[in-house]
Amino acid sequence: MLLTITTTHKNASDLGFLLHKHPDKLQTVDLAVGKAHVFYPESSEEKTTVALLLDIDPIDMVRGVRNLAGKGFSLGQYVNDRPYVASSFLSVALAKAFSTAMNGKCKNKPELVEVEMPFEAKIAVLPAPRGGALLIRKFFEPLGYQLAIERHVLDEQFTEWGDSKYYTVTITNTLKLKDLLSHLYVLMPALDNDKHYFVSHDEINKLLEKGKGWLENHPEKEQITKRYLINLNTLSRQALERLNEGDEQHEEEVTSAQNEKKETLHQQRLKLVLEKLKATGAQNVIDLGCGEGKLIRMMLKEKQFQQITGMDISYVALTKCKERLHWEEMAPKQKERIDLFQGALTYKDKRLEGFEAATIVEVIEHMDENRLQAFERVVFEFAQPKSIILTTPNGEYNVLYENLEAGTMRHTDHRFEWSREAFQTWANRVAQNNNYRVQFIPIGEVDEKVGAPSQMAIFTYGN
Amino acid sequence: MEIKVPELSLVLLIGASGSGKSTFAKKYFDKHEVVSSDTCRGMVSNDENNQAATGDAFDLLNFIIAKRLKNGLLTVVDATNVQKESRKKLIHLARQYHVLPVAIILDLPQSVCEERNEQREDRNFGGYVIRQQKQQLKRSLKGLKKEGFRKVYVLNSEEEVAAITHITREKLYNDKKDLHGPFDIIGDIHGCYDETIELLEKLGYQITSVQENGTNYGIEVAHPEKRQVIFLGDLVDRGPNSPAVLKLVMSMVHSGMALCVSGNHDLKLQKKLNGKNVQLKHGLAETIEQLAQASDQFIEEVKEFLYSLISHYILDNGKLAVAHAGIKEEMQGRGSGAVRSFCLYGETTGEIDEFGLPVRYNWASEYRGKAKVVYGHTPVPKAEWLNKTINIDTGCVFGGALTALRYPEEELVAVKAKEVYCEPVKPLEVSAEANLSHQQIYDDLLNIDDVIGKRIVQTRLRSNLTIREENSIAALEVMSRFAINPKWLIYLPPTMSPCATSDLPNYLEHPLQAINYYKKRKVEKIVCEEKHMGSRAVLVICKDEQTVLERFGIENEGIGVCYTRTGRNFFNDQKIESVFLKRVQEALTKAEFWEKHQTNWVCLDAELMPWSAKAQSLLKDQYAAVGASAKNALIEVAQVLQQTTKRNIEGVDELLNKFSKKSSAIDKFTAAYRNYCWEITSLEDYKLAPFHILATEGQVHVDKHHEWHMENSKEICLADEQIFKITPYKIVETKDEDSINEVINWWMELTEKGGEGMVVKPYDFLTYGTEGLLQPAVKCRGSEYLRIIYGAEYDTPTNMERLKDRGLSKKRSLALREFALGIEGLERFVRKEPLRRIHESIFGVLALESEEVDPRL
Repeated sequence: MLLTITTTHKNASDLGFLLHKHPDKLQTVDLAVGKAHVFYPESSEEKTTVALLLDIDPIDMVRGVRNLAGKGFSLGQYVNDRPYVASSFLSVALAKAFSTAMNGKCKNKPELVEVEMPFEAKIAVLPAPRGGALLIRKFFEPLGYQLAIERHVLDEQFTEWGDSKYYTVTITNTLKLKDLLSHLYVLMPALDNDKHYFVSHDEINKLLEKGKGWLENHPEKEQITKRYLINLNTLSRQALERLNEGDEQHEEEVTSAQNEKKETLHQQRLKLVLEKLKATGAQNVIDLGCGEGKLIRMMLKEKQFQQITGMDISYVALTKCKERLHWEEMAPKQKERIDLFQGALTYKDKRLEGFEAATIVEVIEHMDENRLQAFERVVFEFAQPKSIILTTPNGEYNVLYENLEAGTMRHTDHRFEWSREAFQTWANRVAQNNNYRVQFIPIGEVDEKVGAPSQMAIFTYGN
Repeated sequence: MEIKVPELSLVLLIGASGSGKSTFAKKYFDKHEVVSSDTCRGMVSNDENNQAATGDAFDLLNFIIAKRLKNGLLTVVDATNVQKESRKKLIHLARQYHVLPVAIILDLPQSVCEERNEQREDRNFGGYVIRQQKQQLKRSLKGLKKEGFRKVYVLNSEEEVAAITHITREKLYNDKKDLHGPFDIIGDIHGCYDETIELLEKLGYQITSVQENGTNYGIEVAHPEKRQVIFLGDLVDRGPNSPAVLKLVMSMVHSGMALCVSGNHDLKLQKKLNGKNVQLKHGLAETIEQLAQASDQFIEEVKEFLYSLISHYILDNGKLAVAHAGIKEEMQGRGSGAVRSFCLYGETTGEIDEFGLPVRYNWASEYRGKAKVVYGHTPVPKAEWLNKTINIDTGCVFGGALTALRYPEEELVAVKAKEVYCEPVKPLEVSAEANLSHQQIYDDLLNIDDVIGKRIVQTRLRSNLTIREENSIAALEVMSRFAINPKWLIYLPPTMSPCATSDLPNYLEHPLQAINYYKKRKVEKIVCEEKHMGSRAVLVICKDEQTVLERFGIENEGIGVCYTRTGRNFFNDQKIESVFLKRVQEALTKAEFWEKHQTNWVCLDAELMPWSAKAQSLLKDQYAAVGASAKNALIEVAQVLQQTTKRNIEGVDELLNKFSKKSSAIDKFTAAYRNYCWEITSLEDYKLAPFHILATEGQVHVDKHHEWHMENSKEICLADEQIFKITPYKIVETKDEDSINEVINWWMELTEKGGEGMVVKPYDFLTYGTEGLLQPAVKCRGSEYLRIIYGAEYDTPTNMERLKDRGLSKKRSLALREFALGIEGLERFVRKEPLRRIHESIFGVLALESEEVDPRL
């Protein structure tokens, strides 16, 4: 909502020239959804402060911009923190009010542009979800800033609710004004991790332009890019590629080395599932709970699988799955191999019948335990594929996750995370009741005490 | 000649080009009933005579015929149909849809056909075409009956065609829709005469011996209430006295006291009596032995009687179907070999079980028809409903019982077998999960076909409601990821519309508009209830676990449930939930609720406080977040602006003024949401405010007024005031200004203290106006509460002016549809309908909730 920039440069009043804004006037620029005011709370040769104050009309904000911040059609659209925080709105205001300074121009005193001056900027308030004060430091400190950060509680009357994601942040550094403005322009929305307008390809250009000269070498450039181009993975990938131009080779080596070391658990799991699925000899397979289709894309590359079906409860996930598969452009022969549909594993469904193998990867823990009975009947009694490969987390392993609070689960939507014993008891009973044989395989590195992070059961029909 | 066709038949007009088929069809049938190959040619090629389009044209023709037959409509095929192959396809279609095929042949002289063709400009094929068609027809004539046509009419000349005045449509034999009962439907008798007599007497029939008159066999049966018996076939075999049973039933059928459908044993006896070579197995030997002494005349009469029996009857405006072994929906009221065979033998998979008996397919588990189906054939230990079907063959001859179903009462009356007349080949199936009924076992799993796609739900309150496919998609996700066990979900509450916006400058909502909604619609008495700011909760509470099992078919899930308006568990912690539910149950018991309402369960509609209990994340991520960010930002803003005012810059004072107003708006905003939050440290920090006693056994209480609901809710609250909260309310006469002013003042008081506002309802739960069903409730929210809905600064004059422009029609339409669906769910549950029928309604509410509506309303 408010950004103040103070300098003690001799002469401090040069700030007015640099910003191209008269220090004794209140000046207002129009924004799409309100206004921004520029004024000087203090102006002398020793110390000059300029303030940029956002004055957003919350009702205009709703009317003008649909789908604000991707929150969809909910109350969040009408009552939210946007008018009060430093966000992309503030960056837009910054660019609009101080455009000449950002572009490194100064008509009356052009020599000032390249002068490094001591600056102190104060932002009230800056949201930094998923990262907090540490992230703020990681973003600013590599650029030479010193920081003072004050975190705010959510509600002093309900201290049990804890801290908020909002900070009042003061940064100090000696640098060129245009650099300060560019840093703020990129880093404020990147910390906020939320966009008020639709993120388009244009944004990449803006980011590259404003980040020129400093973002390429910033140690957090990946995170900054991702958060700035929020929720658009392909966009941020493209941006990163363009940022990395010139030292491509070096980058590749680094990432492949990292990859070898840290193949994610999920990748390990999918690889193992695929391997076991191939071993069943099945040609006609279904992935129950296929999500965005990672496993399906892996199956597609295998000649063995002639018919690949994916089912998920989430229509959104299925849409993404189709996008990832490039469904619309897919060759007809390939398309014939794939079928995707929405369905729920708690409803009896004829479409699930007749498969040689089914995979159920990290799905059951998203169901309430008392709904599992229905799941068992749907899959084991009615759909009855010849082989079923099912995975679920091993709850015992959670103690080895440093970031995981004791007694909590890995994902907020997990309804349970079974121990190895609980899983095997369940799987053995289901197998027995439905005429399946079952075998168990750990997924991931096995710890002596608590086992592997994830676990697999392979069911085979017929005793 | 008189031409008669069955009401539902596929009529093939057969004749060469120019024989006058189209003219004939037009004259005697409705335009929609006639499907013409020429028209189809035209549709697919723009040319009715384009022979190249014949393939496509017949695809279309067959498609149209199939759709019409599926929908039970008589259809006339106007094509030459002179070739056997072309007729074969059509006969196949008729059989597929169990419709009788009829042939009407226009075999006019070649000269007539040629002459007619010449008169038509668009027909220029030579005489050889007609000659060829005539020859094909000639070859066909003899074999038509054999091809499968039920009736064949041949018209040989223009005179004969002209002599036809009309075509009579005959009802099918199975059509007894005009009989409305009451009926007593009796299962497989198998020669158990004594039990039959006992059962008839138990049902109130008077059986007297009378003078034999040739058709009554000396027996007369009557019922003082004019009831009629329906025998489900299998009168004979295995039992001790098949001839006596035959005499009884034949006498009753002859006198119109009874209807009887054919059973497989009856058919076999008929075949035997007609000299066919059938094996004397499964009790036929006994029957033949018992009939050894019978007169030839009686045997003849039996043969005639058995021949007259048909496979099934459709009764009572199509609401009831009876058949020996049952009947599928698509076969009801139709005729074909397949229908007859299904009715006699049921559906079998072709496999043979370990007792040497055919493995039966339980067609009833997939039955979705509207008509109730009563049948027998397979002995069961207990007659039980499943998806509107019931098998009442309780194996009398095997030592079970002879059972009758009274219709429409749906009461079962049975007499025990006096002895085991025949050892069953295989023991009567005893249900594995004896705790649950057939329906409950079946209902254990819902079928996806019953919820996905575009759906139309019939409701009592608002007739047919359409659920769009995209809404079903959304609902499926919510239902299967988050909702509780569907067996508990017998109701979901509707959304509620706010009142129209107020004309008063400082109010967005004001009670006057809420009252006026009903006043304008001539509702004289309304009820205004305080609106608690918590979360909506629906509770289903049972008196004991036995009730949970018997009535809801649920095991090991406690004595009840408390769920949110989207069907999720209210409590995340199972322990807290069970203690909470126990408290509610104890209060109900203490209030003598079970006795008063003669029920073992109840469904309550309530508000559960505090808001912060359920909406914790919403509060933290949204409301408190806005408060925290705004407050801390505005502190800085105020400091900076105050500093700047010292510099006497024009416009800064106004800016300071504007932002200090923002600051005080935020303070009020924070105060507003804080009103609805308190910390939960013990169970008694929860407050439950019930306001509707929605349903109890046998009753959905929408026939009671809201005063009844409030008073009965109060009785429950008084039983445990630690966790219950009584909802204050006022009854208002809409013609009485004082009464209105009083309630407006009351609303002012409530909302000034931080209350959410009030809900205004018509006095009667269901109230109709000229536009139909009225809104079941309209809310009127307090000015401070609205701050958390419309934003901290909503009440500045410029904002208020803009916000007042809001449309309510979509919200109101949704509220009514959801209301109708929710009540439908309860009514179906109370009527003990299958779970899928209840689920369909509840799923509908959830689906409608995914409609995009302004969430601030």
